[in-house]
Amino acid sequence: MTVINARFKLNYDDFRLDVDLTLPSTGVSVLFGHSGSGKTTLLRCIAGLEQAPLGYLEINEHVWQDSKRQIFIPTYKRPLGYVFQEANLFSHLTVLDNLHFGLKRIKNNLGLIKLNQTIELLGIGHLLARMPNNLSGGERQRIAIARALALNPEILLMDEPLASLDLKRKQEILPYLSRLHQQLDIPVIYVTHSQQEVAQLADTLVILEDGHILAMGPLAETQSRLDLPLAQDREAATVWQVKIIEHESDYHLTRVEFEGGSLSLAAIEAEIGAVLRVQIYARDVSIVLIKPSATSILNVLPAVITELIEGRDSQTVVQLKVGQQLLLAHITRKSLLLLGLKIGMLVFVQIKGTSILN
Amino acid sequence: MLSSADLDTLLLTFKVAGIATTIMLLIGTPLAWWLSRTNSSLKGVINAIVALPLVLPPTVLGFYLLVLMGPTGIIGQFTHWLGIEALPFTFYGLVVGSVLYSMPFVVQPLQSAFAMVGKQSLEAAATLRASPLDSFFSVVMPLAKPGFITAAILGFTHTVGEFGVVLMIGGNIPNKTRVVSVQIYNHVEALEYTDAHWLAGCLLLFSFTVLLVLYSQFKSPPMAQQFK
Repeated sequence: MTVINARFKLNYDDFRLDVDLTLPSTGVSVLFGHSGSGKTTLLRCIAGLEQAPLGYLEINEHVWQDSKRQIFIPTYKRPLGYVFQEANLFSHLTVLDNLHFGLKRIKNNLGLIKLNQTIELLGIGHLLARMPNNLSGGERQRIAIARALALNPEILLMDEPLASLDLKRKQEILPYLSRLHQQLDIPVIYVTHSQQEVAQLADTLVILEDGHILAMGPLAETQSRLDLPLAQDREAATVWQVKIIEHESDYHLTRVEFEGGSLSLAAIEAEIGAVLRVQIYARDVSIVLIKPSATSILNVLPAVITELIEGRDSQTVVQLKVGQQLLLAHITRKSLLLLGLKIGMLVFVQIKGTSILN
Repeated sequence: MLSSADLDTLLLTFKVAGIATTIMLLIGTPLAWWLSRTNSSLKGVINAIVALPLVLPPTVLGFYLLVLMGPTGIIGQFTHWLGIEALPFTFYGLVVGSVLYSMPFVVQPLQSAFAMVGKQSLEAAATLRASPLDSFFSVVMPLAKPGFITAAILGFTHTVGEFGVVLMIGGNIPNKTRVVSVQIYNHVEALEYTDAHWLAGCLLLFSFTVLLVLYSQFKSPPMAQQFK
C-alpha cells in the first residue's frame, strides 16, 4: 500500500538532486538531513513549486508529473496542503480571511466543517479577527497549518515548520503537531533537520545527503541501522511505540507494554490504553550477561545482540532486539571485549532512563 | 477670478491627465509586472526605454513625436491607414504624448511594489489553489496597493504639469489642446499677471493637497521608494 512514488533528477550549478522515493499512505514521513542535503528541494518538487527536468510523481494513483509524457500538473491544481518555513500568511488579510483563502477556491462542502475542526484542534479560535502582523511566530505558524488543512488535502507537505521559531515557541507547537499526527488520516511529508522532531513525529524516516537518499524505512528500523551515521551520533536513540497498561500510583509509576515486553516509566497522566512514544537514548542503555538480582534500575529486559559496530574513539554501537523492538546501546570497546559480546548472544539490557515524547 | 477660458483649460488638463493615467495604469501594470519578474535579456533595454523621458528634454521627446505622428511619420501613416486624422494638434495626440512622457512615473513605483510582494506570497497562493491570474488580483494587487496609489498620483500630477511636449505636439488650440500650463504661459506673455496668479495658485493648491493626502495616508513617504 504505497501512496507516493517519486523520482526526480535535477541539476543546479552547485547542487544535484537524484532521488527515487516510495512512501506509505499513512502517517508522517520525515525527510531528514543537513542543510543542503536537498530535503526542501525534494519537497518543493513534490509540491510542483520546483519543476525537476526529469521526474515522475504519482500520488494516490494520480500522476502529478511525468516528464516522459510531458505531464506537469501546476501547483494550484494539486490537492495538497503546504506549510512553509515562514508562515507566509497574507498580510493584507485577517486570520479568518487567510483561512478562507484556499477554501473559497475549492468545490468541497466538507471545507467548513473541516475548518472548524482544525481551528479547534490548533487552538486559534481567539485569533480569527486579528491581522497576521500582530501575531507571534508560533501563532502564525499554527494558522498556516490550519490554512493548509482547511483545504482537506490529500497530502500535507511541511517544510521545517518549526525552524524559524525559538525553543519556547517550538514547545508550544509540538503538542499540536503530535495531536495532528494522531488525528490526521492523510499522509504527511515533513522536512526537518531536528532529531527531536524526528523522534516525536516520524513514522517513516528518509535520510537525505548531498541530494540523494541515504536510507529510508520505518522509524525504529532506520534509526537503529548501524551503517548510518545516526546510530553513531551522541544523541542516537530509538523510539518505541508503547501502550499504557497499568498505573502504579504507590510508586508514581506507569507500566507500558510494547511488542514483546513491558517497561516501567515515571507516572504519566493518561488513560490506560493510550498509545505513546518513548525515546531511549543509546547512552542510557547498558548490557549485562546475567540478570542482576539486586539493581536500582527498574527496566532490565532480555535481549539478543543483532549487530555490532566499532564506532569512533573508544565507542562501540550495539544493536539489540528486545521482544520485537530494536534498541541501540553505546558501550565502550573495553566492555565489549571484557564481556565477550558477539552477534546472536542472549544478554540483558538495563535501561537507565526514558523520555516520553507525547 | 478664473475666466471661463481658464476654467476650460483646467477641465481639459484634468481630462487629458485622467485618460492618460488610466491608459498608463492599464499598460504599465503588466509591463511593470513583467519587468519585476523576468530574467530576459530584453529587461535592460525595456527599462531604459521606459525611463528615457526622465532624462530626455520634453522638447526632444515632443519633436520626435511630432515627426512620427505627422503625415509622413510611421505613426502618422498608420493612423491615416486606420482612417483617423493625424494625431498632432489633437486632444488624443496630447494623450499619446502624455502617456509616453509620464510612463516612468507609473511603471517605476509599480515595479518596486511588485518586487516587494516577493515570491513567497505567490507560492503560498499557488498551494492554496489560486491560479497565477487569480493570485495577481487577490494577492499581488492588494499587497502592492501603495504602489498603485503612488503610480496613479505621480502619473496624474506629472501629466497635469507637462508643458514642453504639449507645446511641441499639441500647440495652443483652445478647448482642444490648450492645457493649463500653456495657458499660464499665455497669460505671462500677455502680461496678464493676475490671471496667471489665479491659475498658478490653483495648481499650487492642487499639488499641495495631493501630497498632503498622500503623506498623511502613509507613514513613510511612498514616493521615496521610487528612486531607490
